[in-house]
Amino acid sequence: MHGNGHNGPIRIGFYVCHCGHNIASIVDVKAVADYVKTLPGVTLSCEYKYMCSDPGQELIQKDIKELSLTRIIVASCSPLLHEHTFRVAVEKGGLNPYYFQMVNIRENVSWVHTDKKAATEKAQDLARAAVQRVFYHKALETKHVKIHPDVLVVGGGIAGIHAALTLANSGKKVYLVERDPTIGGHMAMFDKTFPTLDCAACILTPKMSQVKNHPNITLWTYSEVANVDGYVGNYKITVRRKPRYINEDLCVGCMDCIEKCVYKEGKTPDEFNVGLSKRKPVYIPFPQATPQIVLIDPETCIEFKSGRCKKTCVEACDRKAIDFNQKEEIKEMDVGTIILATGYQTFDAKRIPFYGYGKYPNVYTSLEVERLVNASGPTGGELILRDGRHPKTVGIIHCVGSRDKNTNRWCSRTCCMYSLKLAHLLKEHTEAEVYNFYIDIRAAGKAYEEFYDKLLDENVHFIRGRVAEVSDWAVRPSEEGKLIIRAEDTMIGIVRRIPVDMVVLAVGMEPQSDSQDVRRMFNISCSTEGFFLERHPKLAPVDTFTDGIFIAGACQGPKDIPDSVAQAGAAAAQALTLIDTGEIELEPNTAFVVQEVCSGCRTCLTICPYNAISRDEVKQKAYINEALCKGCGTCVAACPSGSIKQNLFEDEMIFSEINGLLENTPAV
Amino acid sequence: MKYLSYPGCSLRSTGRAYEESLVAVFQALEIQYEELKDWNCCGATSYVSIDEMDAFALAARNLALAETQSPEGTINLIAPCSACYLVLSKTERYLEDYPDVSANVNAKLDKAGLHYNGRVEIRHPLDVLVNDYGLENITKRITYPLKGLKVACYYGCQVVRPFAKFDHSHYPVTMDKLVRALGAESVDWPLKTRCCGGSLTGTTQEAGLRLNRLLLKEAQKRGADIILTCCPLCQHNLECYQERINRIYKEEIDLPVAYFTQLIGVALGLPEKELGMQRLFKKPSLEHITHPKGEIANAW
Amino acid sequence: MQLPTQPSIRQDEPSQKIEKMKRVVRRIKFESELDLEFGERVAEKAYGQKLLSCIQCGTCSATCPLAHYMDYTPRKIIAMTREGFKEEVLNSLTIWLCASCYSCYVQCPRQIHITDVMYALKREAIRMGFHPKRLPIPILAQEFYKRVLKDGRNTESWLLVSLYLRTNPFKMFKEALLGLKLFLRGRLTIGKEHVHRRDQIHAILEHKKGGQPS
Repeated sequence: MHGNGHNGPIRIGFYVCHCGHNIASIVDVKAVADYVKTLPGVTLSCEYKYMCSDPGQELIQKDIKELSLTRIIVASCSPLLHEHTFRVAVEKGGLNPYYFQMVNIRENVSWVHTDKKAATEKAQDLARAAVQRVFYHKALETKHVKIHPDVLVVGGGIAGIHAALTLANSGKKVYLVERDPTIGGHMAMFDKTFPTLDCAACILTPKMSQVKNHPNITLWTYSEVANVDGYVGNYKITVRRKPRYINEDLCVGCMDCIEKCVYKEGKTPDEFNVGLSKRKPVYIPFPQATPQIVLIDPETCIEFKSGRCKKTCVEACDRKAIDFNQKEEIKEMDVGTIILATGYQTFDAKRIPFYGYGKYPNVYTSLEVERLVNASGPTGGELILRDGRHPKTVGIIHCVGSRDKNTNRWCSRTCCMYSLKLAHLLKEHTEAEVYNFYIDIRAAGKAYEEFYDKLLDENVHFIRGRVAEVSDWAVRPSEEGKLIIRAEDTMIGIVRRIPVDMVVLAVGMEPQSDSQDVRRMFNISCSTEGFFLERHPKLAPVDTFTDGIFIAGACQGPKDIPDSVAQAGAAAAQALTLIDTGEIELEPNTAFVVQEVCSGCRTCLTICPYNAISRDEVKQKAYINEALCKGCGTCVAACPSGSIKQNLFEDEMIFSEINGLLENTPAV
Repeated sequence: MKYLSYPGCSLRSTGRAYEESLVAVFQALEIQYEELKDWNCCGATSYVSIDEMDAFALAARNLALAETQSPEGTINLIAPCSACYLVLSKTERYLEDYPDVSANVNAKLDKAGLHYNGRVEIRHPLDVLVNDYGLENITKRITYPLKGLKVACYYGCQVVRPFAKFDHSHYPVTMDKLVRALGAESVDWPLKTRCCGGSLTGTTQEAGLRLNRLLLKEAQKRGADIILTCCPLCQHNLECYQERINRIYKEEIDLPVAYFTQLIGVALGLPEKELGMQRLFKKPSLEHITHPKGEIANAW
Repeated sequence: MQLPTQPSIRQDEPSQKIEKMKRVVRRIKFESELDLEFGERVAEKAYGQKLLSCIQCGTCSATCPLAHYMDYTPRKIIAMTREGFKEEVLNSLTIWLCASCYSCYVQCPRQIHITDVMYALKREAIRMGFHPKRLPIPILAQEFYKRVLKDGRNTESWLLVSLYLRTNPFKMFKEALLGLKLFLRGRLTIGKEHVHRRDQIHAILEHKKGGQPS
């Protein structure tokens, strides 16, 4: 701690900043500077009004050269604010930037204390601790890692499509991997979008065909990412392409095979129509699917189940595109950045038995209604209920599965607006009386409140009251044969029973059921609700805590189409920042293994939250990947033989800092 | 497994048929049980309206007595009356969840030389018969499968709420499964757990009678021949005011209301007197549907 | 001060007479007249129920089978309790009509134990004497309480007799026929039920003067 110490002569330059009145009004900065002058190893100790200013920084550079300083300490504000500034200044002065240490006497002292004497003493203690610490600082190198220019976009919904197009248009090569047989996601299922009432397919399909035709986009549908290895700038991806049993290069999407299939009618619930219609084993999700290639479902195709089908489909295909022997393909590629846009799933309304979904045939979810009102849906856009009737009254129940501690705690953000939209569409298609049962109307976006006004003008009934139950129990003859919605009209102040023909449940948005598996594969985090976790909810909504991986769209949290597109653009921009800089700087506060001391016990391997540690099986020693290491210190603490150390936070540095802090404390 | 049985005040009064049929059925099925010695009133919904800690202490005396009577292991205490079932369950649960309640209550119990250590599980006979004893075992012993009988199962509220221990809080199926195992048909109706009003039929008839009227009308409308209950107050409310409801509201309600244990007893071939059938205002007419075994009871 | 009650009061069925306002009445409650701590006190007595997290969605009222008979729906009671409308809440019919069916408790999206809050309000109302002298429901509770305190068990026949005596003795005649039918079927007993160890009961329960909790 005294004498020559580590790493060459110790000549410390100490600067305490007034920060105008911010520090100087509480801390007696001159007293601090005078005190530090008396400490061993200190060559220079002075105070200055604004250290972060240009003259302040130049002062440091000048003093390093003139006084041959080997350590620099600045006592001022939080390192989060200016540590980088001062490190750059030190480097410009010709000294390794990691010989710099910052002491926070603003956020930690002058901004939180009022007793000037005690504050000054605390500032002196902190300064003394830093002085003792810097003895052990070493010169460190900032590592640089190259960024591969290709990008992987996972998920082909509107967010994934927009991100892929943005990147492809800026000249980068994009792999767009989508699990379903077509891109388009949930948006392709919608009828009209709020608040403009644009037809969803009409605005989406041009983008979809742009994706298909873009020379920079490799589109792999019916494919899943199987494995991710590597680190920022250097990811190795394995993609599993599921077999369609159709040769993609030959199929033109004429759909003759579907017509000629031995099944006269579909028997399997159609996924795209949310089970409201049936499809055959050979099918295409919807006529404008991209790519426009059919596929065969091996679970229901007779040829796969028994091997004895007439195969009329093969006969019908004049391009000879059907290949029952097709196998799954494994593709591998290198990318530098990844954007996850895997979207959401809707809340399963069966979890709330009070609303009768699955029990009463005329209770629908909002997604089912989107298909019903859609001209290309199972009923051609006509509102025919499951029991064949046309509804004369409809009840739309908001907040199904959302805002509820018993199911999902959060507000799903889009349901109020899409419930208004469905109310409008239902009125348009049927002239029915429409009742919306809500708790609050959340119409915060651009032109959303005006859309609500429009709905009010259309004489849609808005009843503020959360629905307790939907049942077929009729008390009066006028209620016979209907579904009764019981809710308190909290505005008028009475409990009402509204008999309706059709109930629409505005189901909430929740994370995909496999989001935990996905996040583990990509090494990112999820929030408590299960959505992918952003680095900062306000200032970094599309970054994750893993460098090089970005998130966009509903997988980050419930949101509507404009916000999903905005986030997709943002994620693409963040990826472009990395790619166009070409390389990334890594903070050298990484951990490293002192190989001679490592006993090969493997304790550190599973402990690392960032999967940065691997084991060299030949040498039987642990090895830390500096690019993945975030310097959290867990392995350092856990290593039983003490063989893992962390740059900038080595034991001697920490202990000397502690000793320095406590030196003046009287022994108890 | 041996059970302890807590009858509760109602089973010695309006609910006598419940206790009689329960005892008869348990004996016929050879289920071992013993009555809790010197049990006291659970307090129902009334005591807790006056003083809450005392209400817990009152109920907890029974739990403590159960522990004295059965010195080892977990005790399964059967409480047939739904109100007793709820109060005892709530006491047991709150004593576990809230340490200050536990301290307060045990301090009171100490004054009587008693203590509760947390070994009691409160069970309902419906749960015990269907889940512990098992429906297959009941079906094996049936002499008169009740084929053709349409039963509306009425659970009431307190056996399933707020602690949905053995079934769903609003859409339970245990009694329905039992009814089907007895060979009868269970009517699907939406008011299985809608409150009958409890003591309101005695104190506030404008509300109480109407609640029962709604239940009876709907059960009848759905074609039920009989309503089965599992709570003495529900049975009393549904059964005893039908004439009055018909008179005031100009209805034509005419439904027998029995305890589910009574119906089990009939299917098992137990004599009517043992099941307390004569205590009902209206005995269900079962002659035309009970056939000696030979007709195969429908699987549930 | 009585807050406006629900519209459409049905006097009897099938004729639908709706009460007309005969006089102009002024309804105002100044902030100084509220009891701002009332909400906190009640919540504390009901295991710290988070009345503050109620979003007034109305599910409790919508599922309550007694909601049509209450002067203030359960949701309103929660709102009024936390804002301090003590007199209105403790004088309401709602807290007595609550049948403890726990439907609201199970369905509340904020998991507030509304039934426990109702019990806390019942206790407050009895403690402070806030109910009409002859309202049967709190009287039933008090008679029940006295009987259990003395004997450890309840005898329904005697409970009903003491209830009618205190509320409306003429009702005994109205109910006599029903009582006879029950008696003939052995469902009403003359003998009183009691526990052997009454001393234990008396030791455990605190005897409150006049059947009122202290």
